[in-house]
Amino acid sequence: MEKHNTHGHDAHESHGGSMKSYVIGFLFSIVLTIIPLVVVLNDLLNKTATTVLILVMAVLQFAVQLIFFMHIKDEKKPRFNLMALIFGLVILLTIVAGSIWIMTYNTVAS
Amino acid sequence: MLDKIKEFASEFFVTGDPLILGAQVSIGLSLVAIIFVLTFFKKWRWLWTEWLTSVDHKKIGIMYIIASILMLFRGGVDALLMRVQLAAPELEFLHAEHYNQIFTTHGVIMILFMAMPLMFGLFNIVVPLQIGARDVAFPFLNSLSFWMFFFGAMLFNVSFIIGGSPDAGWLAYPPLSELSGSPGLGQDFYIWGIQISGIGSLATGINFVVTILKMRAPGMKLMQMPMFVWSVLSSCVTIMFAFPILTVTLFLLFLDRYLGAHFFTLDGGGNPMMYINLIWMWGHPEVYIVILPAFGIFSEIVSTFSKKKLFGYKSMVFALMSISFFSFFTWAHHFFTMGSGANVNAFFALTTMLIAIPTGVKVFNWLFTMYRGRIKFTTPMMWTVAFIPCFVVGGMTGVLLSVAPADFQFHNSYFLIAHFHQVLIGGVVFGYFAGLYYWWPKMFGFRLHEGLGKWAFWFWNIGFYVCFMPQYALGLMGMTRRVNTYDFDMGWQPLNVISTVGAFLMGAAFIFQVWQIAHSIKFYKKEKDGDAWDGRTLEWSIPSPAPLYNFARLPQVTSQDDWWEEKQRIAAGEPAKPLAPLEPIHMPKNSGIPFIMSVCWFTAGFGFVWDWLWMAIPGLIGVAVCMLARSFSYDTDYYIPVDEIERTEAALRGTK
Repeated sequence: MEKHNTHGHDAHESHGGSMKSYVIGFLFSIVLTIIPLVVVLNDLLNKTATTVLILVMAVLQFAVQLIFFMHIKDEKKPRFNLMALIFGLVILLTIVAGSIWIMTYNTVAS
Repeated sequence: MLDKIKEFASEFFVTGDPLILGAQVSIGLSLVAIIFVLTFFKKWRWLWTEWLTSVDHKKIGIMYIIASILMLFRGGVDALLMRVQLAAPELEFLHAEHYNQIFTTHGVIMILFMAMPLMFGLFNIVVPLQIGARDVAFPFLNSLSFWMFFFGAMLFNVSFIIGGSPDAGWLAYPPLSELSGSPGLGQDFYIWGIQISGIGSLATGINFVVTILKMRAPGMKLMQMPMFVWSVLSSCVTIMFAFPILTVTLFLLFLDRYLGAHFFTLDGGGNPMMYINLIWMWGHPEVYIVILPAFGIFSEIVSTFSKKKLFGYKSMVFALMSISFFSFFTWAHHFFTMGSGANVNAFFALTTMLIAIPTGVKVFNWLFTMYRGRIKFTTPMMWTVAFIPCFVVGGMTGVLLSVAPADFQFHNSYFLIAHFHQVLIGGVVFGYFAGLYYWWPKMFGFRLHEGLGKWAFWFWNIGFYVCFMPQYALGLMGMTRRVNTYDFDMGWQPLNVISTVGAFLMGAAFIFQVWQIAHSIKFYKKEKDGDAWDGRTLEWSIPSPAPLYNFARLPQVTSQDDWWEEKQRIAAGEPAKPLAPLEPIHMPKNSGIPFIMSVCWFTAGFGFVWDWLWMAIPGLIGVAVCMLARSFSYDTDYYIPVDEIERTEAALRGTK
């Protein structure tokens, strides 16, 4: 393979996005931004529901960014980017949940 | 005017301690000597073009190793000073404040500025050669990583003569490390030194993950990689996810100190325990980051000097990768006594015990590799054989510490000190020494004197046990870490004296090593071919030291231990693999930007430490300018023509 002869920073891979998918992604991300904005500005929901809505929209936004702009779906096997992402999410979850768990007991104790 | 300068100098320089004054004078004299030598022999241009701007992974590796040996010297002197202070009760060799500074710098330097760069040095030299690549994936970034590490380490080290050393322990727990507990500049030097070198470490981690995944020689499958490469991969994956936690945690501490935030303060809603929780999320993976490559080194050495294929290759890979994963789930065992409750402690005690299992698997793999092998006791092999019992004992005491209820007894006692020195010296230091001896001929083209190496080996080993075995007992007798002195009636003196003797034996061992290197350079004997130890992996298939482009032709890999199989085939009279025609080789150009950018970071960090914005802001602007300059430079690579490769190869291999 020719790619092995070159250095990593020269090996530009083509990004498999088309105009159509970028536009769809853009619309999705705009809509996902507007929904919580409208809800918050007009006080449409109570506090808990608003928080949940914002969180759900944020997660969807994350997925949209990954699929339409980061091209996580188009990666060739072996899918190292996807693996790194999942591992990163696991670590993130560990940090947040673990800290909450450990520190909860700590505040009880003090 | 003169008074003002005097006043400034008395704040700027650390004054009042004869030991430090001596160090200041000797540092000044060595600087003058170095500048004189470089100028007298007109070597400035050589230094700049051949070393400071080099993006060659082999040269960067050598610079890492030189820096780490200097740091080993400083950290070692710190250790000896502490041992002298503890040799007798109520000594007044070091006063309490100075003692605090010394144990803090000893810890930081040994882990972050000795173990890490020694590890990165070996990564740099060995990994591209073992996977049949011509450089790392991002050579420019590699050079930047080195200089960030170097200037970060210098910023940390300079605190000992300018401004004052940090003295809040190697992990700088708040509230002691907050402005309320450490109003001096030492803690700021700590934060900026570690932050700057931490960026370099993170970049190296990413660089080697990409190198290993993307730049292997044609045909080399993941499961055919040398075990050292696997260990580097597992270590670098851990770096990628652990170092950001360190950066963020120290940044929050910086905000507390610099902008008066309240993340970890006692008042204003802060919680110091959160810092301890966060820092160990990095700190625990960090110890696996440094030990995993040592496991890889031992695997290579055991297999080479037993003349056998590594036993249990797949289980070894599985063990390495599972350790790097599970290392993220054990952090709370560093603060069982914090009061997080029984459930938390039980969970983290269990995960800690679990992680001992893959480590145990590896020990058996090494033993079975040696079983019925034709073992040759060269110095690298001796370090490996010494490592196994030492690490097993260290690991076992670790399992003792993992029992949460018992840990309330051991916590922060000398038992803990003995445990982690046993795994870090017996594992990491022995491992990197083994690797250094093993790959030395590949790095420099000559061997180290074996006899002196054996003296160093025995002094290190005997010194180690004499130094640290008594500390287990001292811990159980109630001696806590970080005490600078103790009373006559504690009964700790005899064991402490023995321990100090052991420390000096290790100091003597270091002198033997320096002597060994000097002796081997003086009686320089060039290696005839590149295969110093009848090796098994690709790095031994090329001349020593490797040419700039490493491989004239990229190797076509068909099996694990490919070079060994190739030699077997040739010995059996089978035809060697056909040689492909030479092609021009694509190489990266040297660049001065990494060095300049790291100087700018140093300037910015130094400015922030002293709260001199007139210095910090230009430093940061310099960093930005360097980034822009790099983004707009397109002339970054070139080709080595075929006739030049032919000439180099003929000269190196002594053929026409």
